[in-house]
Amino acid sequence: MSKEKIYWKSIHQLDGTNPELSELSNREFADKLPTDLYDNHISDNQEDQFSSRRDFLKYLGFSTAAAALVACDGPVIKSVPYVVKPEQITPGNANYYATTFFDGYDYSSILVKTREGRPIKIEPNTDAPDFYQANARVHASILSLYDTQRLQVPKANSRDISWEDLYDQTKGKLNELSQNNQKVVLLTNSLISPSTQDIISKLILKYPNIEHIQYDSIPHHWVLDAFEGLYGQRAMPNYDFSKAQVIVSIDADFLGDWQLGGYGSGYAKSRVPNQTGQKANMSYHVHLESNLSLTGSNADKRVALQPAQIKKVLAHIYQNICLGMDSKDDQIQSIVSHIIDRIKSNPNRSVVVSGIESSEAQSMILSINQSLQSQAFLPNEPLYFKKGKANPIEYIVEGISQGEIKGLIWNGVNPVYSSPIGDALGGQIQNLDFSLALTTVYDETSKLAQLVAPTSHYLEAWNDYNPKPGYYSIAQPTIKPLFYTKDFQQILLDLAEVDSNHLDYIKNYWETNILDGSDWNKALHDGFFIKEDSNLSDFEFPQLQPIERASLLSAEDAPMSLILYPKISLGDGQQAGNPWLQEMPDPITRVSWDNYLTVSISDAKKMDLVNTTNSHGAIDGSRVLIQVQNQEIEIPVFIQPGQAPGTVGLALGYGRRVGLKKEMHVGQNAFKLLLNNERTQSVTINPIIGKMHEFACIQLQSTVMGRGEIIKETTLEEFNTKEKEYYNPVVHVSKNHLEVSVRSDEVDAWRSFDHSTGHLFNLSIDLNSCTGCGACVIACQTENNVPVVGKREVRRSRDMHWLRIDRYYSSNDTIQEDQKKAEETTWFGQAYSTFRDLEKAAENPEVVFQPVMCQHCNHAPCETVCPVAATVHGRQGQNQMAYNRCVGTRYCANNCPYKVRRFNWFRYNKNKEFDFHMNSPLGRMVLNPDVVVRSRGVMEKCSFCMQRTQKTIMDAKLEGRQIRDGEFNTACAQACTTGALVFGDVNDENSKVAKLKKSKRKYYMIESVGTKPNVMYQLKVRNKDKNES
Amino acid sequence: MNCFSAVRINWRKVSPLVLKSTTFLIFSLISPVDVFGQDDVAIQEGKALFNTHCAACHKVNRKAIGPALAGASERYDRQWLYSWIRNSSAVIASGDPIAVALFEEYNQSVMTAFPQLSDEDIDNILAYTDFVPEATQTALAAAGSETEPGNSTLYRVLLVGLLGVLLLLVLMLYFIQKRLVKIKSEIDADFQPNPKLDPIWKAFAKNQFLVFSAVVLLFFVGLYQLYGYMMQIGIDQGYQPVQPIHFSHKIHSGDNQIDCKYCHSSARVSKHSGIPSLNICMNCHRNISQYDGPEDLAAGYDKEFYTNEIKKIYAAVGWDEDNQEYTGKTQPVRWIRIHNLPDFVYFNHAQHTQVAGIDCQTCHGPVEEMEVLYQYAPLTMGWCIECHRESNIDLLGNEYYQKVHQELSKKYGVDQLTVAQMGGLECAKCHY
Repeated sequence: MSKEKIYWKSIHQLDGTNPELSELSNREFADKLPTDLYDNHISDNQEDQFSSRRDFLKYLGFSTAAAALVACDGPVIKSVPYVVKPEQITPGNANYYATTFFDGYDYSSILVKTREGRPIKIEPNTDAPDFYQANARVHASILSLYDTQRLQVPKANSRDISWEDLYDQTKGKLNELSQNNQKVVLLTNSLISPSTQDIISKLILKYPNIEHIQYDSIPHHWVLDAFEGLYGQRAMPNYDFSKAQVIVSIDADFLGDWQLGGYGSGYAKSRVPNQTGQKANMSYHVHLESNLSLTGSNADKRVALQPAQIKKVLAHIYQNICLGMDSKDDQIQSIVSHIIDRIKSNPNRSVVVSGIESSEAQSMILSINQSLQSQAFLPNEPLYFKKGKANPIEYIVEGISQGEIKGLIWNGVNPVYSSPIGDALGGQIQNLDFSLALTTVYDETSKLAQLVAPTSHYLEAWNDYNPKPGYYSIAQPTIKPLFYTKDFQQILLDLAEVDSNHLDYIKNYWETNILDGSDWNKALHDGFFIKEDSNLSDFEFPQLQPIERASLLSAEDAPMSLILYPKISLGDGQQAGNPWLQEMPDPITRVSWDNYLTVSISDAKKMDLVNTTNSHGAIDGSRVLIQVQNQEIEIPVFIQPGQAPGTVGLALGYGRRVGLKKEMHVGQNAFKLLLNNERTQSVTINPIIGKMHEFACIQLQSTVMGRGEIIKETTLEEFNTKEKEYYNPVVHVSKNHLEVSVRSDEVDAWRSFDHSTGHLFNLSIDLNSCTGCGACVIACQTENNVPVVGKREVRRSRDMHWLRIDRYYSSNDTIQEDQKKAEETTWFGQAYSTFRDLEKAAENPEVVFQPVMCQHCNHAPCETVCPVAATVHGRQGQNQMAYNRCVGTRYCANNCPYKVRRFNWFRYNKNKEFDFHMNSPLGRMVLNPDVVVRSRGVMEKCSFCMQRTQKTIMDAKLEGRQIRDGEFNTACAQACTTGALVFGDVNDENSKVAKLKKSKRKYYMIESVGTKPNVMYQLKVRNKDKNES
Repeated sequence: MNCFSAVRINWRKVSPLVLKSTTFLIFSLISPVDVFGQDDVAIQEGKALFNTHCAACHKVNRKAIGPALAGASERYDRQWLYSWIRNSSAVIASGDPIAVALFEEYNQSVMTAFPQLSDEDIDNILAYTDFVPEATQTALAAAGSETEPGNSTLYRVLLVGLLGVLLLLVLMLYFIQKRLVKIKSEIDADFQPNPKLDPIWKAFAKNQFLVFSAVVLLFFVGLYQLYGYMMQIGIDQGYQPVQPIHFSHKIHSGDNQIDCKYCHSSARVSKHSGIPSLNICMNCHRNISQYDGPEDLAAGYDKEFYTNEIKKIYAAVGWDEDNQEYTGKTQPVRWIRIHNLPDFVYFNHAQHTQVAGIDCQTCHGPVEEMEVLYQYAPLTMGWCIECHRESNIDLLGNEYYQKVHQELSKKYGVDQLTVAQMGGLECAKCHY
């Protein structure tokens, strides 16, 4: 007797006696419709509690009528002019002020754009000779000025008090402790401000019991110790990668945050094939690391190794170059000899850098570069950015517990969060007699302070900096303090009872110590000041001493090593409350709103860890419990091609909770695992069964699958020896069964626009110099009022970024191999299997970054399908999107081959469902008044910064002159730290972009579609030999 | 009666007319009445000289930067006045006690020397400052009582003409009807009229064609009305709100010929024309604290009214009139914005006023005649585009346009390009 099969959705269904289930199955919705929403009165009769449909219609009708009646009256708009208008401000025109960003982690000379007195954008100060490349965090820092979580008034034990009260209490305590000769520690981040150092010495003069300690959340003391040991100065060596021909980076993510980053522009200069004479020339870059970093992604040869192996490689290179010994380690023999061959081919144009956390390793680096007489190595121009010594927090915790330290004042640091022994410190702070936090926001540490003094945001405050010998910069306020805040230095001055305001103090200090009679106003206007420094000219290289190598050579790898790294978006987590940075996708993983454990493909297989894609295109990941000594963290897994087997990576800077809006409560705090302040730790991983983590990842396709029309690349050898048609052929299409170039008019179904007169804007993107840093993404977001949509919406692929940076891996070792394989595929069945192979990224893939924005096609597919002509073509080459005309059919997005159009699924401003900056009047102050804030149901996309090109034209018209090259610029091209993006008018024959249009490397993305875009790409050239891959 | 309702319906359009005519009438009444009554040439000349040389710092009856000048000739010796006016610093330097006292009293502000003034000139000025004008209000009161605007004759003529046409039509209809009745009675003689006729509405209801056409007609009329209604939503042409300070553009821009861009200076360089900040008002009103110009008594705008409005500026900017100093207590004026473009429209004043050289009046109407400012243009997209289609670009001397104009005019085969041909109709030129 055959039994009927039973299908079941839940095991509970098998139990036929469960009355709840049988009732549930009869109902469409699990819950009753909430019909009593409209009914406030409570009746005794049960049935009366629900209003009928008729009631609902009545309410609906009434409210509609009421709304309609109200709508009859137009709003009365008030306009309030100044009583006395400041001379410099003209409503409608922007002012720019030169200032400097420094938060102990990033440094940049910047221009701040202000409109009607409110700062709205950060731009690079290109007049400054150095440090003008602002990264994504610096660009986003403007939003932290308008953070609703900022502290507004001084507090004592969480109660609001006045500044007088705060000063009285603080001075009382300080005097008391000073009389009893009990120690007070002033804990700050690394300070490079000469006048602040002076103020602190004044404070110590007044209260001799104060000890000043500088603390870096991510320690750099190894390199400081090494540099001090060799050159006698506590600083970091500086490098100029533009002068290097061979770059060897050993676990040094110098395109990311290694030594404060900012090396991208010099690096990119040496990476663009430079046509001098017969052969083009570019630098060769080899990179060794465990995690896949931005620098590794850009290298010509990347070697994924475990941390101990990396140390050994460095020790062997050192032995060979400085001591003349040959290396004898079979495991790493080939890579070591490869690197040494390369270095020896061009020794004084080679440079070796490393991020290994040991002073021996750092000393070796200095010795190697000095022995090579490397031109890229600049020990005479050291960087002062980091000041911290080893284990400052340990010292404080011990001091407090032993009763030596009775008071603690801190500014700009959050050690309870960012120190592995933060919890212990948190406990000890509560035992102190006196604790004062100087901070802009409530964070994990300042929450515990007895007294909290709100400090001004850097855009509201004065400051000065000395980042390297002879280079000084000024930070000036660009807006009056929004709240009752004071400069950090002003508070110190007031406590030290120095009768001066901070500005006068800095000015006096500069006039006596720095300016040498130069004009203060000019220095303030420029934002920087260059001074002759004896260090630069009198530098002498000391005699090198052999360095102890045993610690590196004998290093052993743990079965599984955890390598902690700072993410491009959040860095050390100081700006974790910044929604722009939270939503900025990581350049490598393309995941936003999260940190995660990056695991290699082979390790994931071993441990049965998976990343799955669900039906609406979002990625889920397995969860694991990781344990480092006695610290445990539950974290999701992201399988990362290029991760060295035997290692896992985890980003710092996440997991902050205090002083953050609920939406920003994402990720886990990896600082807890930074034991002994070392980024490399031995770790055990225990998979958690059943639980999957939901990622907000915006790129599912991780390889190009050999589609040479999206990414084109070649090797330097081919570039030098072959014709353009070989490595950069123009696509041919079939017409009457004949192959015709797609650029020919014959195959064009369109009547072409006449672009010969006026301006024609083009954007050139160089894949060789684009490092994927993402500064352009944030600059675009700032300039164009792009909303933040939150993790849930990003997960649904509803991110709104107008500019994305696609990252592609290769599925074989190189992308070229992929391409060949795809081209060789001839028949259908084979194609199926080939493409399935090509979908999977390789263990150690090559990586390409490709910024993609609206391509501003001259023959745009989106324009033809719009039923209301809301998107049309302009004579200046811009594909124009009229939001007020758009009815939201989304046909255009469907028809766009580049997928660059973004649809407003919701109203993202003044909407409590999207509680980011656009939901508060304070946060909305960052909006650019020249760009409309789009509403729900409207399509939007990159406009080629129409407001900026129009403004440039307007200025020229007012002045009655032609426009010079370089005046036209988009926000992305302006923000590009490496000069990969060049924007301009191609009808101006002398413009940079017009020359790039004639370049041999130029190609258009998916040109065979015949869209004739105004965005062109310069194909990627990799510097590698035929025999190496 | 008809005339009246016409005026009421179109009052917004007509009222400026009425206003204008009223003011004209008042003007014509005032101006022939010489303020000084008799032919006192000295006083007339003195007034001219006073306005040229003295008015910046002195008032006749009130203290300003310098003392009130009324009765100065009695207070001081005439010879002393001559030397003081020609070179006050010298008098002070000579240690003259009166001069030094005066110098100290007025915050040591140095009076400009007027060596060019002759004794006669100074006599004339003093004659003017000593003169107390007669009250001339009686004449004005008479003017106020005359309310009928001058243009009503025009309306009457029109009305009579219309009535005549109507009468003609009625007569024609009467004759036609008479003729038709005659024809009908001739036809009716052949037929027996049906005694049981349906009432007219029933007959109408039975005639399907009529019902159908009526419905169609009503539908389209309704649609047309609805369209008309919808199309005026959000168009605030004629919007004329009451402002917190009764600022008369007519007095400033019309009577006193002040250039628009003197106060709205941002219009030269910025997208906004800018509502002038109060320090701009004080450039003039530091000295002009009283209104002495023509009045519009019909509307209640007399001198006192205007003077009170000036006091409102002082209150807002924190100007202590008695001590001639700023108190620092300010109260920004919350003007009501009249010209509002939607957020998704970009409009640049500098482009239109400076680059294109368009008069402000082209879009803002006869502002110099507006006692109370109103929105003149509809500010619709159609209105913008119409102008862009028709206006030629004036490129004289603007190097930016030279090359592109040359190429484009060759392309279109015209001498003068319109804004539209330059790309002024592209969506994203105004919407981004």
